[in-house]
Amino acid sequence: MSSQLLDFEKPLIELEAKIEELKKFSKEKGIDLADEIKTLQTKSETLKKNIYGNLTPWQRISIARHPERPGVIDYIKMLFEGFMEMHGDRYYGDDPAVVGGIARFNGQPVTVIGHVKGKNTKENLARNFGMPHPEGNRKALRLMEQAEKFGRPVFSFVDTPGAYCGIGAEERGQAQTIAASLTRMMTLRVPVIPTIIGEGGSGGALAIAVGDYILMLENAVYSISTPETFASILLKDSTKAQEVAGAMKMTARDLEGFGVIDEIIAEPLGGAHKNAPEMAKTLGKSLQKALNSVKKLPPEKMLEKRYEKFRGIGQLISG
Amino acid sequence: MLKDLFRKPKYVTVHADTVRKDIPEGLWQKCPTCNEILYSKELEKTMKTCGKCGYHFRMGARERINATIDEGSFSELDADLVSANPLGFADYPVKIAKSQEATKLKDAIVTGEAVIDGKPVVIGVMDAGFVMGSMGSVVGEKVTRAVEKAIAKGVPLIIFSASGGARMQEGIISLMQMAKTCGALAKLNEARLLYISVVTDPTTGGVTASFATMGDIIVAEPGALIGFTGQRVIEQTIRQKLPEGFQTSEFLLDHGFIDMVVPRMQMKNTLAALLDLHTNGGTDNV
Repeated sequence: MSSQLLDFEKPLIELEAKIEELKKFSKEKGIDLADEIKTLQTKSETLKKNIYGNLTPWQRISIARHPERPGVIDYIKMLFEGFMEMHGDRYYGDDPAVVGGIARFNGQPVTVIGHVKGKNTKENLARNFGMPHPEGNRKALRLMEQAEKFGRPVFSFVDTPGAYCGIGAEERGQAQTIAASLTRMMTLRVPVIPTIIGEGGSGGALAIAVGDYILMLENAVYSISTPETFASILLKDSTKAQEVAGAMKMTARDLEGFGVIDEIIAEPLGGAHKNAPEMAKTLGKSLQKALNSVKKLPPEKMLEKRYEKFRGIGQLISG
Repeated sequence: MLKDLFRKPKYVTVHADTVRKDIPEGLWQKCPTCNEILYSKELEKTMKTCGKCGYHFRMGARERINATIDEGSFSELDADLVSANPLGFADYPVKIAKSQEATKLKDAIVTGEAVIDGKPVVIGVMDAGFVMGSMGSVVGEKVTRAVEKAIAKGVPLIIFSASGGARMQEGIISLMQMAKTCGALAKLNEARLLYISVVTDPTTGGVTASFATMGDIIVAEPGALIGFTGQRVIEQTIRQKLPEGFQTSEFLLDHGFIDMVVPRMQMKNTLAALLDLHTNGGTDNV
């Protein structure tokens, strides 16, 4: 069970605490409270379904940003064998916001790439909150081209608020590295399976999310910018993020409707962090299924389908 | 009279705002960098650049096309394409309508087939006056179709960028246009066709992070703002003032991200020379 609770979970937690109290009381005093406890447990189950079954977009964002939400490093440990991390972009440095390397997935050598936010303040700072610099995008692309050379499928795991904005990032070509990745990923002759596991923010997310079959966890979000930036730009007020979150249509279901993603992966009740091993198991199955379906296509066909997927996105009135 | 010679002459005080009032609307413009008052007819001759300091005023898409191509050679593509409202924002159609009224354009880019110095090209020109030149479904689709047209015709592609980035009002759909346009350019590369990207003021966000920086040759106009993140956002994030000249064409040239900075008056000749180098005398045994 998670130690960090979200606001909307409070009634549930209070109820569960009450049940525990009754149980303890019943045991200590030897009074039979089984009926009362059962009633409360039924109530708790209903409440759970009500709360987690009707999450608002903002509540999903809170889950997607939960500090204990499993990230790429957790999935590497749970789903891949013998991971060896590779470092550096061969131009300037190594970006700790992006992790990448080679491992086996159900026996097959694959390349794994993902954003890392870190789970506490110290890690957050070390990982720059998962916001890549140009070096991170270049490292990711380098590892993808390496994967192509050796015929390894690529799994990418997206979890970033966006590409970092700062002086150094601009000086070293933040925009150009994203554009280069988007262009190159479109012709990469090995299967590319991106999964949006947490936050998919802007160009930083897209830079590792062009692929053949795009998966998204149930409570993950994916958008043109964070709701804070969106509110700041359109309403000139970043504190209105909660208000715009729904209108931005950034949930997995919204994106499936737009044809931006191909499959939604169910999370354990209350979010991936409530049961990371279960989450990994479900994700692992979907990854293998996705890989199988892409792998059987001849490369030309695979690339044509990849292009057509993105080519078809747009909403026009005429023409 | 002799004493008149030593009399202090009376000066008339002219206030700055009275001077401004005397300038008839539209006839004169003031240069924002050197404050030179420029006669609009002169500005037309200098292609909207200041004759004194070289400042480049922003230019609309239609004017730009006329200034760049051989007269009468333009045939527009996909002129009627307009955007839907994928997120269903109530004021988005209103915003589009206002921009259409102000610019007489359907969206932030005009594309077409044209001839430059006798050489056929496909050209796309963005207009920063249309919802900040932002890229939504229409810009993404028209750029993609322009690339496809260039491939079908086997001719070079030239795109003038001017954009605030991906269009917020179309949300994730706008973000996907970055991948879509880059995917089309990947096909242009496979067809080994020339793409010249001309970056003009301002080009930021999702357009810089997609087709604008993917040219075989990247040319910028002097003094243009070019970057990924807008300056206000960077300043708010890092809480410090940005250095002088940050994110200008010259800054990008210094940092190795563009090939050349070309003044507007020399743009057509430069493009013509580049086209010439790519149409005559190539060899196939590579």
